Amino acid sequence: MIPASQTVAGAKPGDMVLPEKRPKGLIAPKETFESVTEDIGSIVLTQKSPRAWWFGAAVAFALLMLLLCSISWLLYRGVGIWGINIPVAWGFAIVNFVWWIGIGHAGTFISAILLLVHQQWRTSINRFTEAMTLFAVACAGLFPLLHLGRPFVFFWLLPYPDTMGLWPQFRSPLVWDVFAVSTYFAVSLIFWYAGLIPDLATLRDRAPKRAQKIIYGMMALGWRGSAVHWQNHQSAYLLLAGLAAPLVLSVHSVVSFDFSVAMVPGWHSTIFPPYFVAGAIYSGFAMVLNIVIPIRKIYRLEKFITLRHLNYMAVVMLATGMMVSYGYVMEAFMAWYSGDIFEQSMMANRAFGPYGWIFWALMVLNVILPQALWSKRIRTNPLALFLVALSINIGMWVERFVIVITSLHRDFTPSAWGMYRPTFWDWSTLFGSMGLFATLLFLFIRFLPMISISEVRKLVSEEKEAQI
Amino acid sequence: MNPTVYGLMAEFTEPREILAAAQAAHKTGYRKMDAYTPFPVENLANHLGQPKSLVPVLVLLAAIGGGLSGFFMEWYAATISYPLNIGGRPLNSWPAFIPITFELTILSGAVAGIFGMLALNRLPEPHHPVFNVAEFERASSDRFFLCIESADPKFDLIMTRAFLEQLKPQCVWEVAP
Amino acid sequence: MNASSPEKLWRSLAELANPLEFRASRHAEFNSGDSEPHKVNRRDFLRLMGASLALAGLPACTRQPIERIVPYVKQPEELVPGNPLFYATSMTWRGFATGLVVESHEGHPTKIEGNPDHPASRGATNVFHQASLLDLYDPDRSQGITGNGEPDTWENFVSVLSDKLDSQGAKKGAGLRILTETITSPTLLNQLQLLLKKYPEATWHQFEPVNRDCVIEGSRMAFGEMVETHYYFDRANIIVSLDADFLYGHPNSIRYARDFSARRRAPQPGAEMNRLYVGESSPSVTGTNADHRLPICAGEIDGLTRALAQRVGVDAVSEHIGLPPDQQEWVGALAVDLLENRGASIVVAGENQPSAVHALVHAINHTLGNAGQTVTYAETAEAQAINQNESLRSLVRALKINAVDILVTLGGNPVFTAPPDFGFAEYLPKVKLSVHLSADVNETSKLCNWHIPLNHYLESWGDARSFDGTASIVQPLILPLYGGKSAHEILDAMILAPGRGDYEIVREFWDMKSNGDELKWRRALHDGLFEGTSASSKKVTLQAINLPPLNQRLAEPALEITFRPDPTIFDGRFANNGWLQELPKPVTKLAWDNAALISPNLAARKQLENGDIVEIGHEGRRLRLPVWITPGQPDRSVALHLGNGRRTVGNVGRRAGFDVNILRNSEAWWFADGVEIRKTGAKYQLVTTQTQHVIDSEDRQIFREGTLTAFQNDPEFVRKNSESPAASNTLFQPQEYHYDGYRWGMSIDLTACIGCNACILACQSENNIPVVGKDQVARGRVMHWIRLDTYFSGSAANPEMKHQPVPCMQCENAPCELVCPVGATLHDKEGLNLQVYNRCVGTRYCSNNCPYKVRRFNFYQYADYETPSLKPMWNPNVTVRSRGVMEKCTYCIQRISMARINSEEQNRKISDGELKTACQQVCPAQAIVFGDIGNPDSKVSKLKRHKLSFSMLGELNTRPRTTYLAKLRNPNPKMSA
Repeated sequence: MIPASQTVAGAKPGDMVLPEKRPKGLIAPKETFESVTEDIGSIVLTQKSPRAWWFGAAVAFALLMLLLCSISWLLYRGVGIWGINIPVAWGFAIVNFVWWIGIGHAGTFISAILLLVHQQWRTSINRFTEAMTLFAVACAGLFPLLHLGRPFVFFWLLPYPDTMGLWPQFRSPLVWDVFAVSTYFAVSLIFWYAGLIPDLATLRDRAPKRAQKIIYGMMALGWRGSAVHWQNHQSAYLLLAGLAAPLVLSVHSVVSFDFSVAMVPGWHSTIFPPYFVAGAIYSGFAMVLNIVIPIRKIYRLEKFITLRHLNYMAVVMLATGMMVSYGYVMEAFMAWYSGDIFEQSMMANRAFGPYGWIFWALMVLNVILPQALWSKRIRTNPLALFLVALSINIGMWVERFVIVITSLHRDFTPSAWGMYRPTFWDWSTLFGSMGLFATLLFLFIRFLPMISISEVRKLVSEEKEAQI
Repeated sequence: MNPTVYGLMAEFTEPREILAAAQAAHKTGYRKMDAYTPFPVENLANHLGQPKSLVPVLVLLAAIGGGLSGFFMEWYAATISYPLNIGGRPLNSWPAFIPITFELTILSGAVAGIFGMLALNRLPEPHHPVFNVAEFERASSDRFFLCIESADPKFDLIMTRAFLEQLKPQCVWEVAP
Repeated sequence: MNASSPEKLWRSLAELANPLEFRASRHAEFNSGDSEPHKVNRRDFLRLMGASLALAGLPACTRQPIERIVPYVKQPEELVPGNPLFYATSMTWRGFATGLVVESHEGHPTKIEGNPDHPASRGATNVFHQASLLDLYDPDRSQGITGNGEPDTWENFVSVLSDKLDSQGAKKGAGLRILTETITSPTLLNQLQLLLKKYPEATWHQFEPVNRDCVIEGSRMAFGEMVETHYYFDRANIIVSLDADFLYGHPNSIRYARDFSARRRAPQPGAEMNRLYVGESSPSVTGTNADHRLPICAGEIDGLTRALAQRVGVDAVSEHIGLPPDQQEWVGALAVDLLENRGASIVVAGENQPSAVHALVHAINHTLGNAGQTVTYAETAEAQAINQNESLRSLVRALKINAVDILVTLGGNPVFTAPPDFGFAEYLPKVKLSVHLSADVNETSKLCNWHIPLNHYLESWGDARSFDGTASIVQPLILPLYGGKSAHEILDAMILAPGRGDYEIVREFWDMKSNGDELKWRRALHDGLFEGTSASSKKVTLQAINLPPLNQRLAEPALEITFRPDPTIFDGRFANNGWLQELPKPVTKLAWDNAALISPNLAARKQLENGDIVEIGHEGRRLRLPVWITPGQPDRSVALHLGNGRRTVGNVGRRAGFDVNILRNSEAWWFADGVEIRKTGAKYQLVTTQTQHVIDSEDRQIFREGTLTAFQNDPEFVRKNSESPAASNTLFQPQEYHYDGYRWGMSIDLTACIGCNACILACQSENNIPVVGKDQVARGRVMHWIRLDTYFSGSAANPEMKHQPVPCMQCENAPCELVCPVGATLHDKEGLNLQVYNRCVGTRYCSNNCPYKVRRFNFYQYADYETPSLKPMWNPNVTVRSRGVMEKCTYCIQRISMARINSEEQNRKISDGELKTACQQVCPAQAIVFGDIGNPDSKVSKLKRHKLSFSMLGELNTRPRTTYLAKLRNPNPKMSA
């Protein structure tokens, strides 16, 4: 998944970076410890929020309210308000769930895996993407609960001392989901907070207002940045990364089991786990770009999030995008090669059935358009990159739609075939969840350092070392 | 022994200086001391003579424990506590139990990681004498501090100050207890 | 047809025509319509009704009738709460009685079964009998007597009526008219005769929109008198139906279905099988079972019959008959087959065919020597078999000239059902005193001075004759819910005011018959019928038939319209019955609406799609309704169904369907030629329970079939295709679970199944399955636990049609169970696939993973908790499901436990056949067999060893407990299939 040119061969732990191997231009030259601290810290502490922030937050909040209305109506009337039926018993809820989980993956990928393979360029975006992960998983977590026929008994999926002595049915992928997603959220939160502590201390120390001092002070837990602190902190942080790396790979694999463990043609496929993980990172990076590109402009963070960053992310997208495309090809090939008539008709229906046009839209959005990333000019042009990322984000949502709905609506028994037509409430829940995501993001930008200050300081010092 | 001060603190501007200072102090025989930096400076801890971190051990043990208990829970639930005929599948369908085992391994490891780190760092610790030095708030920004504590047997207000001065810090502060 | 590789099946014309193209669904894809039911949905109005019923509904449901009624199996004083009692009674449909055994819990009837001892039932029923239970509890039933629209009392009514009658005394009742439907009740006939003795000048009219005038006239034409024709399909090798739906629409269809399938059930190699030829003007249940089906306009059947008669040597037909080539060939081969089977064949003419056709068919049956062998004649069971159209016409003539002072209409709804040209509705108001007795306030009640609520047959005493004449008892199981009256009581009040209760009336009549033999009466109550009252067969002599000249079809593009009773709501009397409205109509699978059925070719010629509203014009009268493209419909014939589009009806029937009576008239009674049809451009949403879709060309082996000859050449041909893996073929130990007790299993015989839908309603009634309404059906949320899949093969113009009932397969390796996160669906030790409602959280994953899609989900709160009058209808042994839980067929587990309890009380095992599922018990064709497959001698085990036995999608290794016997057809080798 890492562009070969960027991996650092034989780096020993301890020496975080080998200057001559370190790529240039990850940070503007004349940055000092002080300037870094000031630039990033002030956004939270002193600066007034730009008009764009207020506008964005307003829109996001409105959507959040739409989500709340949709949920209230859902709980009052039941899941019948959605377009689901027999045979298509899963609709937007599951599509959204998989989509959001996927988006989360980029965060962990950037902060954990890139840390392990010493990709310095992660530093200025990891904090941000970790936050994104948390919020995406939060959105994702909503849907499995809401899509239950009887949401108020969701806890039956957890192992707890039930008065009847009952347990969850551990053979069901849905129970695996519960564990995978909650673990994913917990670990991401821990990882994020661990990285945040030193910066919280910074904010504590620089906060002009007493209230800020107290709040950040509490959150900093009395961090002093002593050598001992740093020693334990660094080792814990590295270990968390080591744990998060396999986790991020496992989570979407488990999500893919929801489908591949079932026997539905179009779901029952061994290629799903890797192909889902690749897709997750694909859409995750796309989402990072869709958010980072406007933000670096609005907050003038170009000196931290440079074109080089955009370029690398684009490369990762290209790589994962090709994997995903390979997945599409293999699915079609296996359908034909298996000689299984149900698989074959599933594939034919997917491409030429009533939802065929969606399938071809997917091909354009996820396979054709991203080929533009081969050109460096596109990769380093924020606007173009933004558009490609957007197409990928939509494309990945469509992919989940194709997998979930077109596989279900025509499976084994023709007499039971049907169509799925989303209702207003399907759409409102989808866009509402985006509102939730954006709202959390805007609050994060406003109240927490969106770039890891201490790590950038380290970067600065290494830049200096390098110059000597 | 001087109860009126917690220790003496020298302020530096560069990571290199603090490393050197730490080394020198350790060579001179100072033990009860600590360095404060705005970002992790490599090897600073062992220059100060700190043992290796215990966090990895904690994480390893927790992860193994979590994994085992996870699998046991599933096996116990499915075969002993409440066995059910689920679609003719065996009671002990161990392959189906692996995902949860794995997730619980990760979860317990991570939890041990963060709380182990905090515990070993004695955090949360709302107040600490070093905060008495007004200048210290730059320790989280762009200054590097070496603090030799009065608890150190070799500590002597004049001698130690002299020692710190010859390390050419920005300046040396007395840290009130 | 090559048996070992059945040809491609298709389910809709879209499939056949343009397999991979989608006009409709393309833009319909993302119409974000709110998926809630429309403004006034079923539950909304039931809620409204419920409030008004709170007082009326509740008290009635727990009381026992006061009259002495004799339980079928137990004495009432032994009534143990929780143990049902069974009572014999009977229901009349089209006037004729079918014996029933009704299950009663704590005094309220909950389930209707056929009476095994009754000749017209033999333990089975049709959909109408099943659904009549819902009519009893229908919250929209009429709940009180009204005089000129105002609530009034029985006493007032009687006094008003007797005043009027006194004034009639002088003129011998010349101004008195009684209008009834077809009547077979001996008691009622007796009362009418008494009344007519009292008022010699009074007249008794009969009218039903679906009447047998042609049958009667045909019999008169052939034999000079009205005699009933009885068929013995179990004795016939060759059966020819000329537009006769004898398996579904005929008054005796239940019995006929059983006899017909007797020669098709689980055929052994070398066994004989009957062969069915059907020429029909619209696909019917009978037509779907044909070995050779000929789509032919109703108007052309006359010619076809004459040609056939000529060929088999009936001398009545002299002139030469020119037929189109396909009919020519058909008749030719058919005639040969018939002549080879003299005395072992049956020719049946449809009730919609003119009397000449009936006469000719009688002649054919005589010429072939079938009379006395496979066909017998007997006195009709009708109290008075008359030409009902004529009868109504004469009544209207009297109305016109103000000759009618009193009109008492006992049941029926002539204002709605009598076509406009009769002018009944127009002249009815001229009557000084008009009385209408009916279960609901309908179009006719509105125009009458007095409306009297008619008691449901489960609320009143009475009697009626079955088709073969057997006198059957109508015994109430519950007190009248709304204090209604029966026809007996009204007539009794007219003969001698104030009149008595129906129990005395009926009892008196039969005491008179059996001169007070109490035992005889008791016995009749117990059996539900009077032994030896069936009409003995009768010698008839065929007369010289002088046929009217054959009327030629009008030239193209003139079309024909045919009228037929609706397969689910019949002539409109069931329009307010949710079970029947939601029941998919045979072949089209339409629910909640009727449509003009047109052939694919006609649709192509007029560029019509399903749901396009057309204007059908005939003699200046115009009707607008949507079309439904129906494979097997004759190109030049358009089929219309009566009974829909009721105007004065309860909330269920409102806005359901289109009234086609406007086009019907006494001349064009069953069909009319010279009709034009025009596309209007408007659209209407028609809903089906099997959604339209394209199908892939592969053969999925879901429905296995072959021909009798293929089977005889190679009895193994079904087994050869099946790919069920060996049980040992698994990574895990195959014998993880041992089913050493009972092992419940089911076998469904696709050859025997005639596709009558009875199993669907029996299941709905037994298992408290809710009605969801048109909107939810449109969204694919119908709740039926057992569905009847209909597949087509061959050409769209004249396809083969086949039915496949699909309940839960109860897989041993159930895919649904594996994926349930809370273990809400699991196996019990008898191998049942259980669904635990109160553990279900509603992930719906089980349904996704079910390859048969037999699971049903409560997307909303479908079960009606509010309406008081519906509560006593529920089967107390079956959970009423709440919102958000999955449900499915349970093999009637409540019946299994009941049987287990009874057997364990007696320290024995449940014996084979002692325990029947609802679908099995109701099946007139006995196509469904359920039992213990652990017992090698049980019927079901034998069937599972049968060479035709296969499991649906067996290659998925789900190991279904429900298996099928492949369908065999018996085409004439000399004919192209």
